[in-house]
Amino acid sequence: MNRFAELLDRLVLTPSRNGKLTLLTDYFRSVEDPDRGLALAAITGDLSIAAVKPAMLRTLVIERMDPVLFGYSYDYVGDLAETVSLVWPQPPGDPPDHSPTLAEVVAKLQAASRSDGPKVLARLLDSASISARFAIIKLVTGGLRIGVSARLAKQALADLGQVDVAEIEELWHGLTPPYAGLFAWLEGKAERPEKTALALFRPVMLSNAVGDGDLEKLDPADYAAEWKWDGIRVQAVCEGGVRRLYSRTGDDVSGAFPDLAEAMDFSAALDGELLVGDPQATGTFSDLQQRLNRKSVTPKIQQRYPAFMRCYDALQIGDEDLRALSFRERRGRLESFIGTLDPSRFDLSPLVEFPDWTALEELRRAPPHPIIEGVMLKRWDSPYLTGRPKGPWFKWKRDPHTVDAVLMYAQRGHGKRSSFYSDYTFGVWSGPEGAEELVPVGKAYFGFTDEELKQIDKYVRDNTIERFGPVRSVRADRREGLVLEVAFEGLNRSTRHKSGVAMRFPRISRLRWDKPAAEADRIETLQALLDS
Amino acid sequence: MYAGVSSLLQQASRGGISNYLGKMRASDLLHPRPEGLYCPPGDFFIDPVRPVNRALITHGHSDHARSGHRAVLATRQTLDIMGLRYGEGFAGTTQAAALGETIALNGVTVTFHPAGHVLGSAQIAVEHQGRRIVASGDYKRQKDATCESFEPVKCDVFITEATFGLPVFRHPPDSEEIARLLKSAAQFPERSHLVGAYALGKAQRVMRLLRDAGFDRPIYIHGALAKLSDYYQNQGIDLGRLEPATVESGGKDDFTGAIVIGPPSAFADRWARRFPDPISCFASGWMRIRQRAKQGGVELPLIISDHSDWDELTATIKETGAEEIWVTHGREEALVRWCELEGIAARPLHLVGYEDEGD
Repeated sequence: MNRFAELLDRLVLTPSRNGKLTLLTDYFRSVEDPDRGLALAAITGDLSIAAVKPAMLRTLVIERMDPVLFGYSYDYVGDLAETVSLVWPQPPGDPPDHSPTLAEVVAKLQAASRSDGPKVLARLLDSASISARFAIIKLVTGGLRIGVSARLAKQALADLGQVDVAEIEELWHGLTPPYAGLFAWLEGKAERPEKTALALFRPVMLSNAVGDGDLEKLDPADYAAEWKWDGIRVQAVCEGGVRRLYSRTGDDVSGAFPDLAEAMDFSAALDGELLVGDPQATGTFSDLQQRLNRKSVTPKIQQRYPAFMRCYDALQIGDEDLRALSFRERRGRLESFIGTLDPSRFDLSPLVEFPDWTALEELRRAPPHPIIEGVMLKRWDSPYLTGRPKGPWFKWKRDPHTVDAVLMYAQRGHGKRSSFYSDYTFGVWSGPEGAEELVPVGKAYFGFTDEELKQIDKYVRDNTIERFGPVRSVRADRREGLVLEVAFEGLNRSTRHKSGVAMRFPRISRLRWDKPAAEADRIETLQALLDS
Repeated sequence: MYAGVSSLLQQASRGGISNYLGKMRASDLLHPRPEGLYCPPGDFFIDPVRPVNRALITHGHSDHARSGHRAVLATRQTLDIMGLRYGEGFAGTTQAAALGETIALNGVTVTFHPAGHVLGSAQIAVEHQGRRIVASGDYKRQKDATCESFEPVKCDVFITEATFGLPVFRHPPDSEEIARLLKSAAQFPERSHLVGAYALGKAQRVMRLLRDAGFDRPIYIHGALAKLSDYYQNQGIDLGRLEPATVESGGKDDFTGAIVIGPPSAFADRWARRFPDPISCFASGWMRIRQRAKQGGVELPLIISDHSDWDELTATIKETGAEEIWVTHGREEALVRWCELEGIAARPLHLVGYEDEGD
């Protein structure tokens, strides 16, 4: 348990992806079965333990210490799990000579009935160290919140076994904790686990962005073009009565889209974009947002924002694996198969006809629907390949929007950037003439060169007004302020931000040292984009 | 008659029953003034925050040891440290107090006893007309190879700090924390580890702990640590090979895999740019609280403190046998509450000018 607790403590404070991967692979390498597999399941959200309510935790600790002292402690720390882990009194007598392993903790928690759950938890806390107590409480209160996605954990497994992460993703849904067979394979001690489960995920094919000069070398006749829909890439797999809707990284998202999952009564594996509305009237990105990041979804929301799938590839139909066939052949199969599906839930991503690159560029710049973010190019003769091969698939995005905003706050970065103010919150003007105020509209931490970073950092240090921990507010008024040209992909309505807008994928595109702060854009400029 | 009894009772409840029996009232022996803790019969201050005629200094941290007093009484090491920090003319006259030696000041007896906080740190016992108060300054009980261990002194009133005066503060053994640092250094050999540590005491303790854990490569240090670390070495505390963390000594590659120690503020500064993809570490009791580490951008918190944690504070209060506890700088209310539950008289002593955040 102590090693798992230490891993959690390190992960939560390690911002860099590579740092997290090193910590995870070292853990998987040095810890034995079944502890490491249970840790993996805890991280990917595949470990089921009956939950303990925070109120119960509080009751347990109050039975053991002065409530006033607990109150002072909780007020100071602010986090219940952490407070309880720290103040939990060591039971009288010698400290236990054995601190419980993760497997023992999980076994005891899983075996506990609803009524003796709190007692079992208390005994575990009695026997554990401070950081182990914190980890145990996190396990029972649900949600580790350590900034590690299931995808990252799988990448760490891939690093451990020197295999492609796609191989792990492909196997994943057929495996169960504590994954002994998986670890044995990754360590070269056993064969790769058999793919016995039905409706497994197929690793997806990804595209490269069109770079400068790429198109000149390509013959337009070799490529098909489609609109690039700005929804969620999904894979719908049905096999032997098992239905699964996967995200691009192989997470099962069926639970969030029960309406779409219900319509999946076929035998195939289809690749496409999940959108909201219906094939005749595709919803906008803000409509789609109503369905994102929800664990469960009410019937009302399902009715108002129905999910459907715009299909663009078929990986399997019936028993036949189509991935080795050319795009042209797969497309043909898909076109005839799609007619057998529920037309309110599945449609075909139309091909875009174009004689040459110039004509396509014009279409790309003026797409017919706001949720289109560019065009996709797919080589007619290419098989469906895993990963991101260079050549067969390209994405050619619409040019980003830009806005001139004023730097308001700067925060210190991490790792290589820990001595630089590198995360910037910027705002635009709002309010009546003569009483303009800056309202924050976004935050960006990349897009600038190393040299520009140095310049902004110096500016921040020289123009600091106030400090709040790692954050500084900088001088920003009508007369003085640094104008940043910010590029972004789109704008959503937001009730969480004062400005009412949230930018998608904002980055600093230029430093406008030349531009007076008063001439930066106004909020109305952004609001106009929302309504278009 | 009636009024007389009630005033006697009032007096008894203010100063403890003993002053009714003839001892002097504790608050007449020591009480707070804007300059600091003052002893009227002895006419001296303990750790005054403004220049005074006579100052008794517990230890060399800058909020306790200030320059500009006319006469200073402190341990030899504290006087040396003040000289290093402020220059030789930091006080009109100085007098070194040997630990355990009894010194009379205007009929008041003072004795210095080790406090275990940093090199030279001492508690000051003040005794007059049968009453003894111990002003402990800052202290800790965990063993520390860079200074003498705390020595409990029996007293009537014990003045305790409360920097970590909440039950959430429980410091782990320092060797475990250093082991985590060394483990991380092995896990990330391509990066450097920057350890933030206060220049007096904590920095040298971390160096010494690294040596005790078998780390024998050079330790790179920020310039602000050089004089004090040299002084520790001259006092016979072996810190091993220390190298200045200067850019002149080479490019970024020189610090690959290095452990660098500097004052915490330096790591937010441009100074830190010379290190390759550094992992920021901070050696402090505050690192017990995750949010504190997170807010400060600390990736590897090391819970190493020169102050007592909750368990040390409460155990020490019991050991001194004091019938009354005065609680100063920090989270006074929780410690006062604990004393209440234990049936020990306690009150916060409001002294101004001390950092209750430094560790």
